[in-house]
Amino acid sequence: MIQTLVFYMFAIITIACGFMVITARNPVHSVLFLILAFFNAAGLFLLQGAEFISMILVIVYVGAVAVLFLFVVMMLDVNLNEMRRGFVKYLPIGLAVGAVLLVELFTIFTAWVVEPAVISVNAATATPAASEVHNTEALGNLIYTHYVYLFMGSGMVLLLAMVGAIVLTLRSRDGVKKQRIMDQIARPASEEVELVKVSSGGGI
Amino acid sequence: MTELPVLFPAYPEIFLAIAIMALMMIGAYSKAENTLGAVSALTQVSFVVTAGLVLFVVGGATQLAMNDLFIVDQFAVYMKLLILLASLLAVTMSNGFIRREGMAKFEYPILIAFATLGMMMMVSANDLMSLYIGLELQSLSLYVMAAFQRDNSRSTEAGLKYFVLGALSSGMLLYGMSMVYGFAGSTQFNALANAFTADTGAHMGVIVGLIFMVAGLAFKISAVPFHMWTPDVYEGAPTPVTAFFAVAPKVAAMALLIRVLVGPFGGLVAEWSQVIVVLSILSMFIGSFAAIAQSNIKRLMAYSSIGHIGFALIGLAAGTEGGVEAVLIYLAIYLVMNIGTFACILNMKVGGRMVENISDLAGLSKNNPVMAMLIMVFMFSMAGIPPMAGFMSKLFVFKAAIDAGLIALTVIGAVTSVVSAFYYLRVIKVMYFDDPAEKLDSVESGAMKLILAVTGIVTATMIFYMPVVTDPAIKAASSLFGG
Repeated sequence: MIQTLVFYMFAIITIACGFMVITARNPVHSVLFLILAFFNAAGLFLLQGAEFISMILVIVYVGAVAVLFLFVVMMLDVNLNEMRRGFVKYLPIGLAVGAVLLVELFTIFTAWVVEPAVISVNAATATPAASEVHNTEALGNLIYTHYVYLFMGSGMVLLLAMVGAIVLTLRSRDGVKKQRIMDQIARPASEEVELVKVSSGGGI
Repeated sequence: MTELPVLFPAYPEIFLAIAIMALMMIGAYSKAENTLGAVSALTQVSFVVTAGLVLFVVGGATQLAMNDLFIVDQFAVYMKLLILLASLLAVTMSNGFIRREGMAKFEYPILIAFATLGMMMMVSANDLMSLYIGLELQSLSLYVMAAFQRDNSRSTEAGLKYFVLGALSSGMLLYGMSMVYGFAGSTQFNALANAFTADTGAHMGVIVGLIFMVAGLAFKISAVPFHMWTPDVYEGAPTPVTAFFAVAPKVAAMALLIRVLVGPFGGLVAEWSQVIVVLSILSMFIGSFAAIAQSNIKRLMAYSSIGHIGFALIGLAAGTEGGVEAVLIYLAIYLVMNIGTFACILNMKVGGRMVENISDLAGLSKNNPVMAMLIMVFMFSMAGIPPMAGFMSKLFVFKAAIDAGLIALTVIGAVTSVVSAFYYLRVIKVMYFDDPAEKLDSVESGAMKLILAVTGIVTATMIFYMPVVTDPAIKAASSLFGG
């Protein structure tokens, strides 16, 4: 009962947010609605027992991709109103394309038959129920044992990506005035402060 | 409690990976004046040690590791030794150039080492996933290397162009892999080989996946029609990087193509053989005709390498053990003569400035007769004129193709070989019969002289000791065919 209610809450908010993403006037609002949509989609995954995908969705999409979008939208100052000028004109075509896609999806899903051989193969290598092994645990068991080679290989690829990015972009410029706090703290008074004996009324 | 995977056969790769990380630490924290020199030398040492591990510690017996994601056999050993040799020479040849042209950063040899690691992983891949990881590791470091001269617009353009087209080809490769996985239910090469036997035939979807995978790999070996990036990238990238591009990645990608086609798709020879025939014919044609109009020697070498890949593919198109053996011999000889040629190109400088037009070589025979002689040897060899090594390599692939009944392909190969002889001979004509241009500087270092001398002598005299190459190639090919 509660599950169903929660499902409908997440689903409705996701769809509403999706709608708002394309209709909001302010592009920044669009991105914020997109983030909300991601959060709710993550909730839907959680309800399905796919907690790993749900976490990844929040970490990768919300944490990185959407924030990147936000930066891009704010920095590029895109005027969406101009881009949206032909909205009404192109609406019929868009609706037609959407309808065709919908019909195609229906035909695919109604005509879909899983080959019996595949079912028997799946039965042989049955995936344990979500209540027995958690997604994250199952993935961890595979990645760090069976696929440790690929895990390490991907690690090398990421390391290389980092090295490459630094090689191609980092440059040490001359004449940049930078604050070096350590140097400032380490300045001894004897070098920097000069004590001058001033006779009274004499001035310096 | 799960068991640790078998690691032993992957020791060379593990060593190289650790060496790379250690070298980066040395490079980042070293206070020495000559960080690049130290890192270069250590990189060369680690290549030699890795080769030693490949050859003497792991050996050539067929063994699987890392839960069957990784395989070592005679084929892998042969290819890894070629790759390590090419990388070692590439680091050696770059030393002078990168100092002169303001590229003297310690990351340069490390990037070559990264690429080498990726190539070794490719060669030893026994699973579509490990294939992809190795390929990406190699490609990513090549993209960075192409753009290494970041203040030079041609170099950055080459890097960007290579990156965009390379990403596209990776996409095609992945799409093909997903199709294959969908129809076979596994990414592991042995399982795929069992799923696709000649008797059961192949589903249409598998063929589509196979074609996409071949297209993705054909991009990496720059076979026509996936060659468009090659001339621009070769011309734009810094010359020592081009020298590296022309040899090691080509050898590795070709090895990967052979392993994929002969291993998991060995049962579908009839399907992929025709694709390889088309790639081969087109590459030979474009490689020989488009090169005629080139005046820049790096572009010329780009088209030359496209043509050579076409010739090597003849052997693969045969789909037989003899054919693969011929390709392996071809790659070894291609490596030697290309390293030699690029060592010559790296020494083409007038008053410390690099020149790269063919006309700059005019009258070289009077200014620098030894260098002219060496270039002549390499050009004759590339054209396939006996008794140079290049003649033997072409002989082997043509023989394999005739044995497999591909007479038409062989005839086309011979014809395009004659056409390509035109532009190789033109370089010789410019050197020997044209009026002298500005005098080229003398060869920059002792190491370079040694590379020039050794590659030149090997290219000219290999015909007397062919078994040095052919025996390992025979063993490598037979290990691939389950011998």
